[in-house]
Amino acid sequence: MFSKKIFNRSKPFIFLLILLPSILWIYQFVTGNLGVNPIERLMDEFGLMALRLIILTLIISSIAHIKAFKSITTFRRMIGLFAFYYVSLHFSTYVFLDHFLDLQFIIKDIIKRPFITLGFISFLLLIPLAVTSTNSMVKKLGFNLWKKLHYLIYPAAILSSMHFYMLVRANKSEPAIYMGIIILLLLYRVFKKITPRPLAR
Amino acid sequence: MKILSSEITPYKTYLNRRKFIKGSLASALLATVSSSAFANHDNNTLIYNKYLSEKDKLNSYEEITTYNNFYEFGTHKKHPHLNSGNFNPNPWSIKIDGLVAKPQTFDLEKILSNVTIEDRIYRLRCVEAWSMVIPWQGFQLSELIKMAEPLSSAKYIQFVTVFRPEEMPGQNKRTIIWPYREGLRMDEAMNPLTILATGLYGHDMPNQNGAPIRLVVPWKYGFKSIKSIVEIRFLDKQPETSWETLAPWEYGFYANVNPGVDHPRWSQSTERRIGEFKRRETLMFNGYEEEVAHLYKDLDLKKFY
Repeated sequence: MFSKKIFNRSKPFIFLLILLPSILWIYQFVTGNLGVNPIERLMDEFGLMALRLIILTLIISSIAHIKAFKSITTFRRMIGLFAFYYVSLHFSTYVFLDHFLDLQFIIKDIIKRPFITLGFISFLLLIPLAVTSTNSMVKKLGFNLWKKLHYLIYPAAILSSMHFYMLVRANKSEPAIYMGIIILLLLYRVFKKITPRPLAR
Repeated sequence: MKILSSEITPYKTYLNRRKFIKGSLASALLATVSSSAFANHDNNTLIYNKYLSEKDKLNSYEEITTYNNFYEFGTHKKHPHLNSGNFNPNPWSIKIDGLVAKPQTFDLEKILSNVTIEDRIYRLRCVEAWSMVIPWQGFQLSELIKMAEPLSSAKYIQFVTVFRPEEMPGQNKRTIIWPYREGLRMDEAMNPLTILATGLYGHDMPNQNGAPIRLVVPWKYGFKSIKSIVEIRFLDKQPETSWETLAPWEYGFYANVNPGVDHPRWSQSTERRIGEFKRRETLMFNGYEEEVAHLYKDLDLKKFY
């Protein structure tokens, strides 16, 4: 139904679609059009985009279980790498713009503030996933080990949504919704794993 | 009551106009331009600049009115500006009750005719670690307290914000327990720095900033400066306050600006002054140490944050 061809053809389009917001925000930031508190805004936009993309990769993994949508996994690597791209922008904004490379303060902040600790751990967890995203790395590690390694996306997703949840002062509904989606997707994967598959196809 | 950007007085012209008003035409002009914010306008520029340091630059009208917290209109800092159009602050009255000689309700006009409106430029430090410099117009809270005639047993004051969910969309959501409540100890309330503000930049208080009358306590985190006040209660016990009720481990009754006592989730040692690129150091009592430190000389500020 949805052939790999269709998905492959739409890839460049989706690539631009996900890249574009970052260019727009950076452009608005440089030209002074990102509101009254531009550094905060930039950090929030990058972070939120990263979390949404992480969740998107999880949704893709689950949808791929449906036969007709199997080929959708062709997007997953690209979106996953974009999630890492936005997380990196988010972290760089924090380090360079928000705290002006004040390493002493930043290290203390990461250790002392639980919500920053969680966000930072999540960032660290995403690094091996980004590094091992190439075909040659999949071969090198062997598919099974590679697959196990990439389950790290679940703790990373949970930690990022908690990072967001803990940051918000009173209206916690948006981060709570993201957390709920992640937990549902995780439960779905676990359920799929423990229910025996029919042998004959 | 939307203010067109063309009507907004830039800081310089604002100061010049004030000098002009000070001249021989003063009384004639005052009669024509006077709005409630300018009623009995004080023309002493000394008061105007008294609390401003050289390093402080005034924030623009746009910054002050498009970026702030007022959860009654939504939890995002652009929401007050976007969602406060239907709020109607006229007419307005304030109910005075609790430990007073005679509980009564004052019309705002009556209050304004009894007080002297003056200019006060204050730093405002939000608990979220951003800050601004704002030119308020208002009068000392102590003047209203005198009008209210509290009993000697009154040791604390509680303030209550208006509850109008049909005009304040944020009140339809249970983000905090409505109506918003705040409080001060009596000596904090009587301190000359503490004002009830009725305007900023020479305009009536914009809806999003707490029209028509709000508290400004410049040495405390912004959330103490309660907006759109409809009730003032005099009490003998420390009153409940909204943020303390919601998360007592994060927000205390005192909420004095203190770089040495962090919010559990983030540092309070630095702040981003809106309009500036690099963070600046947060000052003890937001830089008003000289005026207010004596109020807390017997208080453990780490415990009573």
